[in-house]
Amino acid sequence: MTGTFRVANAIIAREFLRFVHQRERFIAALVRPLVWLLIFAAGFRAALGLSIIPPYQTYITYETYIVPGLCAMVLLFNGMQSSLSLVYDREMGSMRLLLTSPFPRWWLLICRLFGATIISVLQVYTFLAIAAAFGITMPTWGYLAVLPSLILGGLMLGGLGLVLSSFIKQLENFAGVMNFVIFPMFFMSSALYPLWKMAESSPLLRDICALNPFTYAVELIRFSLYLQVNWTALAWVVGSTFVFCALAIWGYDPARGLMKRKT
Amino acid sequence: MTTGLTVNDLSFHYGAKQALDDVVFDVAPGTFCALLGPNGAGKSTLIALLTRLLVAPQGEITVAGHDMRRESRRALGKLGVVFQQSTLDLNLSVRQNLAYFAALQGLPKSEIPGRIDAALDQLDMRHRAEEKARDLNGGHRRRTELARSLIHDPHVLLLDEPTVGLDAASRQGITDHVHDLARTGLCVLWTTHLTDEVRDGDDLVVLHKGRIIHRGTAGAARGDQTLSDWFLSRTGEVA
Repeated sequence: MTGTFRVANAIIAREFLRFVHQRERFIAALVRPLVWLLIFAAGFRAALGLSIIPPYQTYITYETYIVPGLCAMVLLFNGMQSSLSLVYDREMGSMRLLLTSPFPRWWLLICRLFGATIISVLQVYTFLAIAAAFGITMPTWGYLAVLPSLILGGLMLGGLGLVLSSFIKQLENFAGVMNFVIFPMFFMSSALYPLWKMAESSPLLRDICALNPFTYAVELIRFSLYLQVNWTALAWVVGSTFVFCALAIWGYDPARGLMKRKT
Repeated sequence: MTTGLTVNDLSFHYGAKQALDDVVFDVAPGTFCALLGPNGAGKSTLIALLTRLLVAPQGEITVAGHDMRRESRRALGKLGVVFQQSTLDLNLSVRQNLAYFAALQGLPKSEIPGRIDAALDQLDMRHRAEEKARDLNGGHRRRTELARSLIHDPHVLLLDEPTVGLDAASRQGITDHVHDLARTGLCVLWTTHLTDEVRDGDDLVVLHKGRIIHRGTAGAARGDQTLSDWFLSRTGEVA
């Protein structure tokens, strides 16, 4: 194994160890979507009539509809949680250790992003397993087919978290950003209701939702679970991932961004 | 080309605030150089530049003959750092902390256990290797960080106020040990605002308001005064 991959291995292993030491975080990450699935969806089912839209070929229950959105929700919260821990690392000093490694900074950041994404994906599969135990199942092969979409979605949202962490000066500022990023992204997407439903209320809101990369992460996951590819969603997610990663690498450039303001 | 540390014409500013102004000094191998300066003198900014957490628009830093701008990877690979703020992962054991750092340096996996044992032996910390960092006292955490900074055989060792928050015995122990390391040929830059950590034979660089105001040996600088009095007379601030 070359040094480049050894460093990747070490960073990813540390993410795992960090995760193992934070069992509360794992439970919270699971409870959140399960509350939406088992309580919110049960109450909301009667209020929202769904027509047959791709990738579905028949009427589905509301619980089935929101599962992909809740998978993406796990990725979203984990991406933000990971960036929160980056800000914490920076305040606590351990980020310095990572950034003074002789390996290229972009590689160190990408390794950390991959580590966080792998953990997010494991949490999504745990969520899907619990949902299946409650009778909310997907096509069998869909569980495998969704893996690349989950990884891509995790990278995109983790990349967004990296961008935010590079521009947030202090931990205290993070709560505000969470409110201005997580909730708008989640609610202005197709996670909880299809966009045509949104258009009935407000065409403008629907247009905003259509510009939200999170919408496309949800749709990419939704189509993959039904063994289909939504090419538009794929293009959006891949493009957004590149943009977020490029911005994060720029933000962590020692000649500008984060460290120039906070040493 | 020197194998130690050289800093030439280094300037840096945060917006309109000048943090470092035309800083020039060098530290030869086998030398303990104390960088003395009051709080706010620019010591932490200098350390951030020396470790490439920041990049200065002007000036040059060379570590073991490698330019920090053009050959940053090689320069960082020759550098051992102990930051002022602890950078240990408290949930990991001493050995896990060192292993993580060794991997960040790209050391071959087969060499890592031996290097960890050797580094811990140097600091008399091997018997604590399996303990979590959280369970160590401040002095032992510092020793762990010092052991970690040596694991990849650096040529230059930077320590940013490494004794802050330690009791007198731990301070003395760490200071003595790093002086011993310098005698083995390591180039040491030790930033501090505590004059009692500096010995007469040490090189002394005084940084005040972002400028170097004195370079020489500590003994020659202080003459018949205490270093603290001499420092007060030069800077108007108590060290």
